[in-house]
Amino acid sequence: MSRAIALIDGNSFYCSCERVFDGKLAGVPVIVLSNNDGCAIARTPEAKALGIKMGDPYFKIRDLCRAQGVRVFSSNYTLYGDMSARINAIYRSAAPRVEVYSIDESFLDLSDVLERDRQSLARDIRATVRAWTGIPTCVGIGPTKTLAKLANHIAKSVAELGGVCDLTDRQVYDFWLPRIHVGELWGVGRASLAKLEAMGVDSVADLRDLDPRPVRKALTVVGERMIHELRGLSCLSLEQVPAQRKGCAVTRSFSSRIEDRESLEQAVAAHATRLGEKLRREGLGTDHVTVFFHTSEHDRDSPQRSVSTVVTLPEASNDSMVLIKAALHGVARTWRPQGDPPWRYSKAGVITVDLVPLAASQRALIGQLDREHGAAVMAAMDACNARFGRGAVVPARAGLERARAGWSTKFEMRTPRYTTRIDELPVALA
Amino acid sequence: MHIVSLDDLPLGRRGSVDVPFMGPAVCAGFPSPADDFLEEALGLPRWLVPNPPATFLWRVSGNSVIGVGIHDGDIVVVDRSVEPAHDDIVLAIIDGVSSLKRYKLDGNRAVLAFDNPDLPATAIEDIGEAAVWGVVTTALRLLRPLARGRR
Repeated sequence: MSRAIALIDGNSFYCSCERVFDGKLAGVPVIVLSNNDGCAIARTPEAKALGIKMGDPYFKIRDLCRAQGVRVFSSNYTLYGDMSARINAIYRSAAPRVEVYSIDESFLDLSDVLERDRQSLARDIRATVRAWTGIPTCVGIGPTKTLAKLANHIAKSVAELGGVCDLTDRQVYDFWLPRIHVGELWGVGRASLAKLEAMGVDSVADLRDLDPRPVRKALTVVGERMIHELRGLSCLSLEQVPAQRKGCAVTRSFSSRIEDRESLEQAVAAHATRLGEKLRREGLGTDHVTVFFHTSEHDRDSPQRSVSTVVTLPEASNDSMVLIKAALHGVARTWRPQGDPPWRYSKAGVITVDLVPLAASQRALIGQLDREHGAAVMAAMDACNARFGRGAVVPARAGLERARAGWSTKFEMRTPRYTTRIDELPVALA
Repeated sequence: MHIVSLDDLPLGRRGSVDVPFMGPAVCAGFPSPADDFLEEALGLPRWLVPNPPATFLWRVSGNSVIGVGIHDGDIVVVDRSVEPAHDDIVLAIIDGVSSLKRYKLDGNRAVLAFDNPDLPATAIEDIGEAAVWGVVTTALRLLRPLARGRR
């Protein structure tokens, strides 16, 4: 039986999640903003029609939004994450193998489904997700991931298709490939597009018909792989289990500029705490942390400073207390007393690369950390946060919520966390 | 009144599930921006929630369906995968406003009614098909406030 991969994604996913719980948003232009209410990252078709582009900074479109009645929201990632989990549960009941590719896109393996049944199954999944969660989706089917992604693009752009496009159907494949511009293809960026155009490639079919070997020279192995995938030879497999994380970073822009050491230390400690949480969830550890903080290029009249320093631990750890100590050591080593005018820091982060599974990592001969004691404290802290809500228990250095106001990420127009908080449930009149 | 005891329930449906019961999805491609904000779902026993991905909790405000025993401040369990049947309490969206209504089949015409004989029923075709958001399967009333901080 031939291979068939479906790519399903939510239409204007974040906006659609907002619409599920607020009937007043139907038919109205809606946008969702990125962290710190920076730029538009999700737009309904009505908002797109007003000319709002992906990534438009909010301050530039604020007047337009006000004049046109666009409803603007901060990202409610708690809600979007929960809706995504529900949708993927539906996918898993429909297909044996599912790769969650991003928060709103999943690959489903439909190879076991008879060719003539694939489209109707796709329509069923789409209808079920719509009925059960309220989220509209589009489905693209192809013999490879690249073609599934392309099919999804077609399903989304051509309303007549009813949200489903199947490129495993030879007729459909032959019809669409010469009609789609190569720039729409997954993995073709601006740089490779210029090279392809220089080679006379205009449509996706043009790229498919190139000799892969010379393409390898111009576009590396990625370009060659793309050609094979377009011909139906699968080069990208379904990743059901994400590859083990090799590095991890927690970085944030401050909601307003920071000038004092205390706030910076608090932010760095909070990031190190989060880093520890992430590593513990996957049983990984690290024996070094890179701490960085810098001013903003946008503050042209202010003095600029950018600092990055690596702090090494005696052995690998994922204990937040150990990571905080290391990260604060990094700050202590690089902090300079403020002058006049002061450095106005805009962003800080804690990064690690070369993660190792903690249980299998080599112990230090000298300076061994007290892993058992630390692990027990961390397990208790994680359990409290799972039960009482994120941030219920934090290391004192990371600061309580109120003290964080000066730097923590802003979500000023966020809707309630409708599905995960008993005190934020949606309200029905009766 | 028929009371179901826990032992009568079919095997394998005991114990508790979360709404939804799925854990956070770990993305293979892009790291999820929701990663830093994931929270544990609200837990309910499995026999109350046969279909977690389609089940949502809502808070009730008002007394228009008091006839069925749903009061102001109650929490209702709403299942979007259930087809509404005659006399069900449904969560309906009327002019963008979410409200609880009694769903009635009058011949082959569906109407939404208050659970109060003095108030008028509205024909569902005047509202549109998308009007029924979900079917209320359970009402929960807290007789004491929740312990602080408990989710």
